[in-house]
Amino acid sequence: MKTHKAKRVVITIEAIMQKRLTDALESAGVTGYSILDVIGGSGRSGPWTSEGQISRASGMVQVICIIREERLDTLIDAAFDVVDKHIGVVTITDVEVLRAERF
Amino acid sequence: MADILSLAADNLLSPVILSFILGVAAALGRSDLSVPEAAAKGMSIYLLFAIGFKGGASVADHGVDGTLIATIGAGLVLSAGLPLVAFNLLRIMTKMSRVDAAAVAGHYGSISIVTFVAATSVLQGRGISSEGYMVAVAAVMEAPAILSALWLISTGGSDRRMDGTLLREILLNGSIVLLVGAFFIGLATGQDGLASISSFIVAPFTGVLCLFLLDMGLVAGRGLRDVRGSLGYGAVAFGIMMPVIGSLAGLAAALLIGLSTGGSVLLMVLSASASYIAVPAAMRVALPEANPSIYLTLSLGITFPFNLTVGIPLYVTLAQLATGG
Repeated sequence: MKTHKAKRVVITIEAIMQKRLTDALESAGVTGYSILDVIGGSGRSGPWTSEGQISRASGMVQVICIIREERLDTLIDAAFDVVDKHIGVVTITDVEVLRAERF
Repeated sequence: MADILSLAADNLLSPVILSFILGVAAALGRSDLSVPEAAAKGMSIYLLFAIGFKGGASVADHGVDGTLIATIGAGLVLSAGLPLVAFNLLRIMTKMSRVDAAAVAGHYGSISIVTFVAATSVLQGRGISSEGYMVAVAAVMEAPAILSALWLISTGGSDRRMDGTLLREILLNGSIVLLVGAFFIGLATGQDGLASISSFIVAPFTGVLCLFLLDMGLVAGRGLRDVRGSLGYGAVAFGIMMPVIGSLAGLAAALLIGLSTGGSVLLMVLSASASYIAVPAAMRVALPEANPSIYLTLSLGITFPFNLTVGIPLYVTLAQLATGG
């Protein structure tokens, strides 16, 4: 089966920033993404877990976008304006998709 | 002094506070006891609705007097002013950076609605009545402190600003909307409305508060476990001193206005308590470089348990002495 090259961008960010990030992505024309809850982890600030957090303010989410390579810079510019000073990780990986017209 | 100790002992032996202590102990002992997030959220909605409704019904019953506007004004001034006191105290007592001190200061001007609810429960248990509109005062005291914290940062040359989205999120956060909304429903429907749902919002209230405070105890206990890693002695001392200073400012305002003993206690509690829901969320957006483990641990691990166990009995006794109630 023929596959097509695409980019998978994963932005792990504080839940409180989720709406700001997705608004920025949509403003930049990136309307396709998935959001996953992150249940815990460990980083520069030490280990943390979503269990027992008093509000979503201290939780984390992952926003995942799969886009064509030529749109990557637009997405990164839009995302960076939001995530610049905040806790989080942005990763970009090469992926292959089956139905290119969907991305 | 004997009165304070006796009241503190009585307060500690109430089911509400013992439930909180159970939660703290379970968390400190690393028990796997936990309250499901959805259940805790449901209970907080119930408590906010009940306290708002009862406050509104009380105002409908007793009417609005001239002290309402004065008390709301005092709440605004206390919420905006206490962060300035807290900020300067932190700069003297600790080695916190300007940003961290401003973020912490914002928490101490704002309020903990759970401490407020627990205080109303203590007052109710002691047969001390209070002005129903104190619920509205609680609502207005949430946000000004955040503006003060951001102002403190802007005076240091930083460009952190309040944007429209953040302002809307602060003013229309779910707790405030529910509390104020329920207050107005109570105000509109009065004692008849209260009577029609009292079996739901009056009788089970203390039991639900026990379970909710069990959960808060678990959260506070986890916060206490973090104290050693994130706070120095100066910060811990601040977490105990600042609520007492805030309560005295609240008492002074209450005496000036002429609030009842119960109303004075509630204004003291509002001034003494520190936010751990609305302000941390706002600080994560507006001051991301501030360290959340400092302000959350101080507010939730030190000040919240202090107010629930020692603070409330102390404030009741001081208010009774000052008002002669």
